[in-house]
Amino acid sequence: MMPELGKYAEAVLSSYAVSIMLIVVLVIASVTRARRVKRELESVEKRGRENAEV
Amino acid sequence: MIALLTRDLRLAVRAGGGFGLGLAFFLIVVTLVPFSVGPENMLLTKIAPGILWLGALLACLLSLDRIFALDWEDGSLDLLATSPLPMEALVSIKALAHWLTTGLPLVVATPVFALLLSLPEAGYFPLVLSLLLGTPALSVIGTFGAALTVGLKRGGLLLSLLVLPLYVPTLIFGAEMARRGAQGLDMTTAMMMLAGISFGVIALLPFASASVLRVNLR
Amino acid sequence: MASIWQYANPRKFIETTDRILPWVAGSSLMALVVGLVWGFFFTPDDYRQGSTVKIIYLHVPSALMAINGWIMMLVASLIWIVRRHHVSALAARAAAPVGATMTVIALVTGAIWGQPMWGTWWAWDPRLTSFLILFLFYLGYMALWAAIENDDTAADLTSVLCLVGSVFAVLSRYAVNFWNQGLHQGASLSLDKEENVADVFYHPLLLCIAGFVLLFVALVFLRTQTEIRARRMRALLARERLG
Repeated sequence: MMPELGKYAEAVLSSYAVSIMLIVVLVIASVTRARRVKRELESVEKRGRENAEV
Repeated sequence: MIALLTRDLRLAVRAGGGFGLGLAFFLIVVTLVPFSVGPENMLLTKIAPGILWLGALLACLLSLDRIFALDWEDGSLDLLATSPLPMEALVSIKALAHWLTTGLPLVVATPVFALLLSLPEAGYFPLVLSLLLGTPALSVIGTFGAALTVGLKRGGLLLSLLVLPLYVPTLIFGAEMARRGAQGLDMTTAMMMLAGISFGVIALLPFASASVLRVNLR
Repeated sequence: MASIWQYANPRKFIETTDRILPWVAGSSLMALVVGLVWGFFFTPDDYRQGSTVKIIYLHVPSALMAINGWIMMLVASLIWIVRRHHVSALAARAAAPVGATMTVIALVTGAIWGQPMWGTWWAWDPRLTSFLILFLFYLGYMALWAAIENDDTAADLTSVLCLVGSVFAVLSRYAVNFWNQGLHQGASLSLDKEENVADVFYHPLLLCIAGFVLLFVALVFLRTQTEIRARRMRALLARERLG
């Protein structure tokens, strides 16, 4: 299955590994921050509505 | 306008305004270089134009945060902003004052420092000319950076991060011109580009600096 | 008549992007997986560069997005300056880390590629140097955003920095070209067919580029939503404190 990479295997594999890792880190960071901010905003908005009712 | 310029100049010369500081810093850089790369005259001759340019650039950078900081702290910047003087003129004057107190002394002192780094004789004129052409651009670009960071508490490091990439073209053409001059090569292209950058920057960047300063004073 | 400016309304922007985000993200993932697998497993080695040619599927798209990311920030900054739509300023802010990551990927894959081909990890070649400078611009831009507390002030200052920075980035590109002749080969993709990479590499490369573009769009949408929400939250909290 693995293609024959010859003497450059290390270079090719490491560049794929580094790039994919960087992209995955960026995506995970973006998604977790998006979730966290969304949750916090909802709690703040809810608190605001409750305060308004009192 | 003249009054503002003389006021800035007087402030810089008097009472720790940093007039001599840039020069002293420049001297220290030049002194430290042989310690770090070794005392061989051959090597020093080769890298002298680059080192002197880098030293001038760093000395210039060192005094940038003073351009607006003092006026910002005591509120005179707000006063100046409400005066009939257009903001563009204000930042141009500030840049000019910075150049007169930092850039010009560096240009004048460079031949002495070049002696320490055993610059070849042919290199003096191109080096001084390149600094004369290039340091105004450094001051004007630096004024833009100073205007960006004027209200910030810890602006110093950020200022360097913002300004240094902007210094790249000036440094490249300036050092290239000095290097070619020292080696007796043709330096017209580099000189034209350097002069072009300086004049373009002097003509256009004050508008950006002024708009940024207006935002910061809002 | 619907105009594009209606998406400048933050609520409308979030609604719309929420609807298309899964599609963009999904097709990005598809294009990336198919393109990279195709490129990695099913393309031949180059007769000169051997298997290192496979790095092209990461290197070229990331380099493209590094530059296009900055251009997108420039356009968004201009829109903010001219029309003062908050979404635009926040989109520029959201794009910066993505563009910076793309620059890092391009630099790292380039270094790994350069090592066997040129015998050195790093050369002060014009293209490499320009990318390093571009990375510095990204860093400065993000640092300025982070340093200023007031959102509108930050948006104004960073957009001016983006404009000025763009001019200087182009200047640096020419300066660096003048300063040193390079090892780097010319453009891999151009309208001039003669210069292009061979067809076997071309099709998976196009797919990878599409994948990177879509990934960039998806991330910018998501991060812009986050910035909009964070901004709204700051405003609400400030109002709460005022009582």
